[in-house]
Amino acid sequence: MTNELPAWIALVVVTISAAGLFLSRDWRWGLAFMAIQYLGAATLTWVHWPIGMSAAFLVAGWMSTALIGMTLTSAPRLPDAMEWAWPQGRLFRAFMAGIVFVLAVTFSARIDSFVAGVGTPVIAGTILVAGLGLLQLGSTTQIPRVILGLLSLLAGFEIFYASVEGSILVAGLLSVVTLGLGLTGSYLLGAIIPEEAE
Amino acid sequence: MSGPALWILVPMAVGAVSLILLSERGAAWAGGITCLALAALALLVPIDQALLIGSLSFKVGSTASLLGRSIIIPPADAPFLALLFGTSALWFLGAEAAGVARRLVPLGMVILGLLIGSLAVQPFLYAAIMIEMAALVAIPLLGAPGQPPARAVIKFLIYETLGMPCLLLAGWLLAGVETSPGDPALTIQATVMLGMGFALALAVFPLNDWMPGLMEASEPYLAGFLLWLFPVVIVIFGLSFLDSYAWLRTSTAILNGLRVMGLLMLLSGGAWSALERNAARLLGHAAIAETGLMLIAMSLTASSGDDLVFPLLIPRGAAMILWALALSVLGRGFAPMDATALKGMGRTHPWAVASVVLSALSVAGFPLLAGFPDRIDLWDGLGATSILDAVWFLVGMAGLTLGGLRQLAAVIGESGEQPIPPQESVLQRGMLGAGIALLVILGLFPRITELLTGPLPLMFEHLAR
Repeated sequence: MTNELPAWIALVVVTISAAGLFLSRDWRWGLAFMAIQYLGAATLTWVHWPIGMSAAFLVAGWMSTALIGMTLTSAPRLPDAMEWAWPQGRLFRAFMAGIVFVLAVTFSARIDSFVAGVGTPVIAGTILVAGLGLLQLGSTTQIPRVILGLLSLLAGFEIFYASVEGSILVAGLLSVVTLGLGLTGSYLLGAIIPEEAE
Repeated sequence: MSGPALWILVPMAVGAVSLILLSERGAAWAGGITCLALAALALLVPIDQALLIGSLSFKVGSTASLLGRSIIIPPADAPFLALLFGTSALWFLGAEAAGVARRLVPLGMVILGLLIGSLAVQPFLYAAIMIEMAALVAIPLLGAPGQPPARAVIKFLIYETLGMPCLLLAGWLLAGVETSPGDPALTIQATVMLGMGFALALAVFPLNDWMPGLMEASEPYLAGFLLWLFPVVIVIFGLSFLDSYAWLRTSTAILNGLRVMGLLMLLSGGAWSALERNAARLLGHAAIAETGLMLIAMSLTASSGDDLVFPLLIPRGAAMILWALALSVLGRGFAPMDATALKGMGRTHPWAVASVVLSALSVAGFPLLAGFPDRIDLWDGLGATSILDAVWFLVGMAGLTLGGLRQLAAVIGESGEQPIPPQESVLQRGMLGAGIALLVILGLFPRITELLTGPLPLMFEHLAR
């Protein structure tokens, strides 16, 4: 129980941050939740990875988040374009997040029995972070949100993959992919920022 | 010297250096010459054998080590490297005529190095990560410069990124299947995850709607390069799975599934080609059909043992290079590519128009063109499996043919009575003419390609032997 305590605390952290990321409208809050989510996700990877590898994962995630933030700070106030798809709104998003939460609660114990040694907090964290990332991808076409959704999805995947793969090369390459996503997001955002804003 | 350093790091280094080249010609020649040299090295210098040149002994090793893992390019992979680098050389040399060499060569060389690395890394399931890295590097090539990215570009990014975790998880599940081969639940899970990963990465139906949009929203030559390169490497990656796992290549359900998905892609590509009015999107639909043909070939190769995949590669590359170059010439400055805008272009751009039509007909398997012999072999293999599948194959080919003929009808229409001199440069006419000649020569003498594609089945232990 003592060894699992950080994992359970991290699970609470990723639950709150992933839900906050999905529900937030302002990009500043979104990036803040993303950074907190990475902290929780890194703690969950620490259950199976050495601290160095988890730290690399955390730093790569924060750097990607910072890259997107730096690009957005140089932008004028971009209109918060309403997604013309029905239904929409915070209430519906909260409902969708609740479904993912229920899925995580329902399936994490079952998957834990199927995959021995991973741990319920890790599996629940994977389902929450990756699931909300997928929902983010499916409910928006705005580039910052798409990139954050992809980063969340990857982070959720890495939480689980850390328990089955301990290769330094894989961890390194996945960190490079995370950084690459941040750079790609920054590049795509740069294309939509008007020149007079620079 | 190690082979991985030569064929992975050198292209990436040349790509980085070519960023400083200011002229289109310089960039095109840098990329083209480098790729030709690497192709020649792959053909002429045996891997893992010492060569004596005078008093100097020279050996290209097959193995390099990176962070505890091996990067291996075995001697049997050398013909494929030659084919890949040779075709890439044509893409880079043609980029000058398309006016995109300074954009294509730097990033294209890096993408090429990453994708070669994806095939060489061991265990091979790590290839998924390197394919994703290549997709991220490809993003700046897509979309119009200075314009917001099109939805197709975002979809390409999302699908390639979604494919990576599925393939990595599939690799983990497959390791479990090897340990417990009698567990049907684990086998099904591994197969489903592998299928999802490849469906996302390879843009299998219905996850391929971004391909025509990508062609429309981007410079045709740049998007065409990516639509050529990524499916080739991912198909080879898929063949390595079939080669490594006996239960995969002997599973009737999986092989039938590959064949059915391939036919669906061919049919959807053919149907949309027949209805398409935009010349750039037509290449996207043709690329979907080509991927479908490769899936059918994979299925038939695994079931019959005949090599039907590798002979597709050279005609496919030739047709796509020519088609993409012609579209770039026609659409200079992002002019609209719909039928109305192209009306009468046959008079001002005769070589480009001829190239578009001939490439489309080659993809459709028109006789005496490069695509015909391989389509006949595929049709023959399908007919031996199922007459209905052979009929649907013909329907797909008919759709592609109709698309090519509609393009011909659109571009030969008269736009006015005044005579208009041809507006193609000498370089463009030369390259397009060479491409047309290549398509015809490959159609008349198809066995030429066997010089290069003949040894390719040696890459695998069990397939096409």
